[in-house]
Amino acid sequence: MRHIISILMENEAGALSRVAGLFSARGYNIESLSVAPTDDPSLSRMTLVTRGSQEIVEQITKQLNKLIDVVKLLDLTEHKHIERGMVLVKVQADNSNRDHIKHMSDIFRAQIIDVTRTAYTIELTGTGQKLDAFLDALSPVPIIEVVRSGSMGIASGEVSLKI
Amino acid sequence: MELTGAEIFVRCLQDEGVETIFGYPGGAVLHIYDALYKQNEIAHVLVRHEQGAVHAAEGYAKSTNRTGVALVTSGPGATNAVTGIADAYMDSVPLVVFTGQVPTALIGNDAFQEVDTVGITRPCVKHNFLVKDVKDLAMTIKKAFYIASTGRPGPVVVDIPKDVTADKAEYFYPDTVELRSYRPTRSGHLRQIRRAVDLLLGARKPVMYTGGGVVLGNGASALYELTKRLNFPITNTLMGLGGFPATDPQFLGMLGMHGTYEANMAMHYADLVIAIGARFDDRVTGNIEKFCPDAKIIHVDVDPASISKNVKVDVPIVGMVEPVLQSLLTELEERDEQPDAEALKEWWARIEDWRAHDCLHYEHNDEVIKPQFVVETLYQVTAGDAYITSDVGQHQMFAAQFYKFDKPLRWINSGGLGTMGFGLPSAMGVQFAHPQDTVACITGEGSIQMNIQELATCRQYGLPIKVVNLNNRFLGMVRQWQEFFYSGRYAMSYMDSLPDFVKLAEAYGHVGMRIEKPGDVEPALREAFAMKDRLVFMDFLTDQQENVYPMIPAGAGQNEMILV
Ligand SMILES: Cc1ncc(C[n+]2csc(CCOP(=O)(O)OP(=O)(O)O)c2C)c(N)n1
Repeated sequence: MRHIISILMENEAGALSRVAGLFSARGYNIESLSVAPTDDPSLSRMTLVTRGSQEIVEQITKQLNKLIDVVKLLDLTEHKHIERGMVLVKVQADNSNRDHIKHMSDIFRAQIIDVTRTAYTIELTGTGQKLDAFLDALSPVPIIEVVRSGSMGIASGEVSLKI
Repeated sequence: MELTGAEIFVRCLQDEGVETIFGYPGGAVLHIYDALYKQNEIAHVLVRHEQGAVHAAEGYAKSTNRTGVALVTSGPGATNAVTGIADAYMDSVPLVVFTGQVPTALIGNDAFQEVDTVGITRPCVKHNFLVKDVKDLAMTIKKAFYIASTGRPGPVVVDIPKDVTADKAEYFYPDTVELRSYRPTRSGHLRQIRRAVDLLLGARKPVMYTGGGVVLGNGASALYELTKRLNFPITNTLMGLGGFPATDPQFLGMLGMHGTYEANMAMHYADLVIAIGARFDDRVTGNIEKFCPDAKIIHVDVDPASISKNVKVDVPIVGMVEPVLQSLLTELEERDEQPDAEALKEWWARIEDWRAHDCLHYEHNDEVIKPQFVVETLYQVTAGDAYITSDVGQHQMFAAQFYKFDKPLRWINSGGLGTMGFGLPSAMGVQFAHPQDTVACITGEGSIQMNIQELATCRQYGLPIKVVNLNNRFLGMVRQWQEFFYSGRYAMSYMDSLPDFVKLAEAYGHVGMRIEKPGDVEPALREAFAMKDRLVFMDFLTDQQENVYPMIPAGAGQNEMILV
């Protein structure tokens, strides 16, 4: 099963490599990972998406907790939560397809953030599924490049990951 | 007053109460060596190889439960130390290893003797630090000792660039330290303690399976009390030997691949397994699919990640072994009930039947020395009261099977990593920690050659270690597997061109003895142990074909042992 684990960790050099190293050393997979400092600059927050059986994910959370730099973590999958990712996609734009691009962007509430004579760059946030659907819907517009962030997650309502 | 980083380093160790450190100098740590030179409180032991420094620190720690300290230079000094660090990690040994590093301005430039020590050691340390500013040095050292020695202990590496040891800062060493991200659990959860006691009182075929955690967690006397209170049979892992007195009738011996028949059978047929400070290692469980098919499992461990890692447990108790055992005792006291005595009696009768196989029996021989006989005689000659270190191989298993440890912290070996070359340097650490006590290193002619250079260290510091070399002219454990599983194709397991160990010992300034006849074993041991102030290297020429029995072959269950 897919799990989204949110991790608060000390904003120290090397903290990220401890997490990445743990996953490779123990043979766990990382589907995506996103990390940045929080409003408290001494803390980083990471969202890690992984797959595994209940037993494996339990081991993963225990092993993560064992890392000295990890302050706290939450398996968001155990709670009601919101998940978002972002995509930047650059497409070839010409007279024949500009309307289609604009139309699709409107439907998905994406934004065209850069326009040149030959290309549009579009920004969209949403769940992974929504991002996939948008990229599908753009066809047959030729895609030049796609940049996707890892997922970020937050628990809804009362539940929070904070110290 | 401002001190240099090197002076701060020395002050920190003094304030931490460190008495002995094991190390080897080099460019990156010269300021530190200079500061060590100017003081007398901390003794520095010069080893002959950095691996030896770390194993010595391990021996010191494993025989005292105090944190061992090693100091090495950057680059090759650090890489030579890695085997020792990994060894300490696998066996949860509290260590702080200081490594020199190139000056901060050169880090990342492939400078002379630069390696990414923090990167290289990351997977085999409890934690590591790179100190980039002299202002952080004292606090980092405090954290290092705190992390190494608390919770599930382990090695912590502190990498110190050379310029940091020259820069100056005010010295302040805190008494205590708190880390918001690291708060090891002490006592067990009361609800789980109660559930555990329910199972203890309801058990009909129980067995206690206890490991290194009992020794590391100073839990031996509480364990003794609990085991006596319940009259349960008990087995120890390789790391747990000494955690319960081996001469006690409730003791079934070691379990696992080369454990006793009765211990493994009791595990297999138990209805309740009480695992304490043990981690269900594959060398213990055999084929995990066949492991303890009918048992409920209680697991006490300070490391939550050890619980339900290999085997799903029914009652997990996270906490330090000693306080958890005390809670179990208190709860039992309050309940004032007994397990079913009739059922236990039947269970003990079955165990006695298994015991009657006398699985450790070996044929005595008047012509060739049996390795088991040497260990048995060693046990008698030292009255069972020596500190025994071991290397890795058949001799290690014979030591574990035939030297009966009645006290914790007496059996010092490399269990998790299985590091040949551990025995001699770790014996040095033990001897430094216990200068008045008898220390013997049981080794093989393969293992001893991996760190033989430490004989010079022993000479320099007058360490009267007794080296018991079970010399079968083979990498015996490898030969045994080749005999059993590779139709006797002995690829690279014959030890050719062996040195004359007697002359070698003498060349290092020690006493050497060669013992070739069974009748000479005891007199030789008595003579050697009578030489209180000399290192004696005893080269026993042992049976080349001897195998370690019994054995659980790979893929088999604990009830499928090969007996002799
Ligand atoms: C550093 C290292 N290299 C290789 C091994 C694999 N190994 C395990 S036991 C063994 C043989 C040990 O031979 P010896 O020290 O002579 O002891 P014996 O088994 O003969 O008692 C070997 C090579 C190891 N454990 N450690």
